[in-house]
Amino acid sequence: MSYVRKLSPLAVSVRHVLLMTGAAVMLIPFIWMVSLSLKPPQEIFTINPSLFPKVWYAWENYSLAFKAQPLLRYVLNGVIVTLTIFTVQVLVAVPCAYALAKLDFRGKGLLFSLVLFCLLIPPQVPAIPLYIAFWKLRILNSYAALILPFTISVLGIFLMRQFFKMVPDDLIDAARLDGMGEFTIVWRIMIPNAVPALVAFGIFSVIAHWNDFFWPLIAIQDHQFMTPPLGIMTFRNDEAGNEYGAIMAAAVVICLPLIMAFLLAQRRFIEGITFTGLKR
Amino acid sequence: MSKETELTSEDLSKQRQSFIRARKLSVSYLAYSMSTPALVLIMLVLIFPVLAVFGLSFTDWLFGAKHLNFIGIKNYAQMLGDRVFWKSLSNTLIYVGTVVPGSFIIGLVVAILIQSSTSLRGFYRAVYFLPVVASLLAMAIVWEILLHPTVGLLNLFLKNIGITGRDWLNESSTVLMALAGIGIWQMSGFSMVLFLSGLVGIPIELYEAAEIDGADSAWDRFRTVTWPMLGPVSLFVLVISAIRSSQVFDTVKVLTRGGPNKASEVLLHTMYTEGFAFMRSGYGSAITMVFLVFILGIALAQMKLLEKRTHY
Repeated sequence: MSYVRKLSPLAVSVRHVLLMTGAAVMLIPFIWMVSLSLKPPQEIFTINPSLFPKVWYAWENYSLAFKAQPLLRYVLNGVIVTLTIFTVQVLVAVPCAYALAKLDFRGKGLLFSLVLFCLLIPPQVPAIPLYIAFWKLRILNSYAALILPFTISVLGIFLMRQFFKMVPDDLIDAARLDGMGEFTIVWRIMIPNAVPALVAFGIFSVIAHWNDFFWPLIAIQDHQFMTPPLGIMTFRNDEAGNEYGAIMAAAVVICLPLIMAFLLAQRRFIEGITFTGLKR
Repeated sequence: MSKETELTSEDLSKQRQSFIRARKLSVSYLAYSMSTPALVLIMLVLIFPVLAVFGLSFTDWLFGAKHLNFIGIKNYAQMLGDRVFWKSLSNTLIYVGTVVPGSFIIGLVVAILIQSSTSLRGFYRAVYFLPVVASLLAMAIVWEILLHPTVGLLNLFLKNIGITGRDWLNESSTVLMALAGIGIWQMSGFSMVLFLSGLVGIPIELYEAAEIDGADSAWDRFRTVTWPMLGPVSLFVLVISAIRSSQVFDTVKVLTRGGPNKASEVLLHTMYTEGFAFMRSGYGSAITMVFLVFILGIALAQMKLLEKRTHY
């Protein structure tokens, strides 16, 4: 519970006026995106725009968005790439986090320092060498190119380690006495106890990789492998601004999955971001 | 009898020691097998590439070329003499210097306003956070039309109140501020949730005590309790938003490509152009190194500040 003081009626209205004004600024781009996606070109390029279209053009815009480019393919690629990345990140990071939190071994301090150092490396820094390596391996322009650079999440290791440290040792010892192996302990005892951290890690990872633009722009040329942000940029460049309604329709489609997920699990999202944010 | 027990206990302790030793060994073995996949990947996709960037930055390698020469610090020397690089560095600083305070103040004010009463709390929090979740690339294309000189909502609104708008994204005097505006729009919600989590952690007793001490106005309570208690969160918001805004790329690439006349050229866009459009891997690597040092500098400044803080 935080401190809430009884506000005077004036203060209450001032609070709402200020917050509503800000909220309008935050929402206008979203509202306008949807509005334009329903309008014909002459209603988009007008100096007297209205919120609702006079001529409904939704069908034309959305069907063009799906016809002119493989929009569903982009969304599907986004799903495949983000889910694979997160699955591999969990499989790799969780055992390592457990070892760092609960086991004693030579080199532990060094490994943890390495993790902390890597937290500071921005994702764009390894791009040039990775591009060269993938070119040598002939795997540019593939799912592998989209996924491999992000198979390790040092943020994930760090988060899970912090959380695992809070699990009591007695619980682990009891499991050992029951004859459980360490790997079984990780998946049967630690993971169920660390769901909030895992959810936070998942939300952070999915938002970052669904929206990532820098690396797909470098690694991918074929529409077949494009992720949503790269796909919509190519569409916009191809259309050269002629079909703004359809471009907006495509934008709505690629923003929708995350926004829906966010609205359904708002608390989790905000907790997740706060959690990952503060633990850094 | 007593001798026998001694022997047994000695035996036992020996057994125990060897057991402990064996267990330690097996624990280390386990720990290594658990952390090896992570360690190998860290090396492959982070450490080796960073070392490779460092090494490449001393070569003249063009992507795909048969030969490469070590040219010492020539890339760095060329960078120092390059107008585009300096423009790019100073634009990045101006961008960060605008987005960080902008999103900090908006995030703080919004968080305090939201937290000051329970009415519509969830609604406001969701609305301000929405831009963090949405694809910045898609939203950049929406901003492009919002900022359009003749049919954009911003200029139509300004015209209504008697101000002539500009061609925000195509004039060199306004383009960087327009991009920073989009950056603030996108980042404020992020700062807001961090501040909200900080506000929730402030004990009620502190406010009560402040009131007894005569802190009557909202400003007094902010000055004596809220602001000092938010210290650690504030520092964190500053650092994380500085790091995130230094990585500005999406809006630049889609909306301006660094133009007009390099007025919106930023470090990552220069690195992308040199390294991937012109395929100058060596020179691109040198710019990447500058970018990395830039980010590490921010992190180092945070550590220094944290050290200072713990002293008082």
